[in-house]
Amino acid sequence: MKRFRGLIGWILPATLLVGWEALSRLGVIPANILPAPTAVAAALWRVTVSGELARNMGVSAWRAGIGFLIGGAIGFAFGLANGLSRFSEQFTDTTLQMVRNVPHLALIPLVILWFGIDEQAKLFLVALGVFFPIYINTLHGIRSVDPQLVEMGKTYGMSGAELFSRVILPGALPSIFVGLRFGLGIMWLTLIVAETISASSGIGYMAMQAREFMMTDVVVLSILIYALLGKLADTVARVLERRTLAWNPAFEGV
Amino acid sequence: MFADALAMIETAAHLGPPAALRRDKPIPFEVLQEAAPIASGASVAISGLTKRFGETPVIGGIDLEIAPGSFVAVVGKSGCGKSTLLRLLLGLETPTSGRIDIPEGTTARFVFQEPRLLPWATVVDNVTVGLGRSGTRSTRRPAAAKALADVGLDGRGDAWPSVLSGGQKQRVALARALVSRPRLLALDEPLGALDALTRISMQALVERVWRDQGFTALLVTHDVSEAIALADRVILIDGGRIALDLPVDLPRPRRRGTPAFAALEKRVLDALFGGFEGGDAI
Repeated sequence: MKRFRGLIGWILPATLLVGWEALSRLGVIPANILPAPTAVAAALWRVTVSGELARNMGVSAWRAGIGFLIGGAIGFAFGLANGLSRFSEQFTDTTLQMVRNVPHLALIPLVILWFGIDEQAKLFLVALGVFFPIYINTLHGIRSVDPQLVEMGKTYGMSGAELFSRVILPGALPSIFVGLRFGLGIMWLTLIVAETISASSGIGYMAMQAREFMMTDVVVLSILIYALLGKLADTVARVLERRTLAWNPAFEGV
Repeated sequence: MFADALAMIETAAHLGPPAALRRDKPIPFEVLQEAAPIASGASVAISGLTKRFGETPVIGGIDLEIAPGSFVAVVGKSGCGKSTLLRLLLGLETPTSGRIDIPEGTTARFVFQEPRLLPWATVVDNVTVGLGRSGTRSTRRPAAAKALADVGLDGRGDAWPSVLSGGQKQRVALARALVSRPRLLALDEPLGALDALTRISMQALVERVWRDQGFTALLVTHDVSEAIALADRVILIDGGRIALDLPVDLPRPRRRGTPAFAALEKRVLDALFGGFEGGDAI
């Protein structure tokens, strides 16, 4: 019964997939508009064997990871600094909030002028996109730590470092995880746009090249791979969240 | 046996100044340089203590001597300054003027009205917070486990605070305060949020650990009968001043409802309401 409940969510996608295949075979959906699932699977096999997929996925994952690390680290550092120091917040927050209101993807023309279509361009955009959700949520997390617990820690003789590691950081962690998951979403989104517009490798490039040769199956495959990678990143973040926040009743038994 | 186990870490726990006084800010009042008395409770001497928040006076000149090892209850209406007095004593607030003398090296602990447990730490890890930096990896957990056993929470060390009842959480908070063998324990309405039955068993628990460990206890409460059930001395604060200082020498354990108990209770209530029955809520 329990097993069945786990499967229930897959009934609809499976039906859609079978329906899609059937309609494609009947010729209702032309192959140049939307290829059949089997054609997409065949494309997957083709690009896997040729090594094209592994190379492009590797490039995309590298860009995503490095960009995320850079933007996330800077956002986390600013979040910590501004959450802990009133001076730091007064000094930098207004500037950061102004920059935040510029959609980072609007910078693409400028970024291409600066960096061409080199790796720096993609890393810069991903890092910029990831920076804000991590910054805002880290700051909010630290600000919302229960002041009564902080007072308790001080009363019980905790030093500044102990107070941070035993009270403030664990208290801010649920909010930091929210920022992490938002950041991962923005990471893929930014990368897709950046790779589609200006790149010579990566999943987005693979899709754009396939479009030039009317290889709809590879285009659809690229979209599916993006979806898969996004889901994978989110799952990793969720597992991490559950393990770290085991104390929180909201995550108990999830 | 609790006492034996803790005697080992006690030496380590008493090396520095009291935790509440061991803060980054300089201590705002003078601490007497005299040696701590041999009795395990700390003495407290207050003279000319005042505290204003802005223009509002909260404590208006209090003089008080508290004998080592005694149990003093502070009662009063809401906003009379009784909690502020306690917070001043433990260094959580700085006095506007006056002196508070507590022997140097006194381990002082504070039990808050709320349990204030770290939700992300297990029960036993919450108790080790009370040890500060004293003890080693191998002595801290056993000491915390003993303290938990002493408050009737044997075996619950690995639970998360979120699964405990309100009374159990407050027991953990008490264990956290007691694990360092304090010589002065301040309790700020620690039972105020508990239901009536839990309160009574918690009062018995507080009395038992006080008798076992001999610390000086300062209990702020709005419950006059709780004050008389537990304290050697009941101090009534009204308008930031001591309005009544009443010794309670009933034999322990005390039974409510005896004529002597009721007479003392009536005296405090009369003083609270200026001789009239009823009046404002306490």
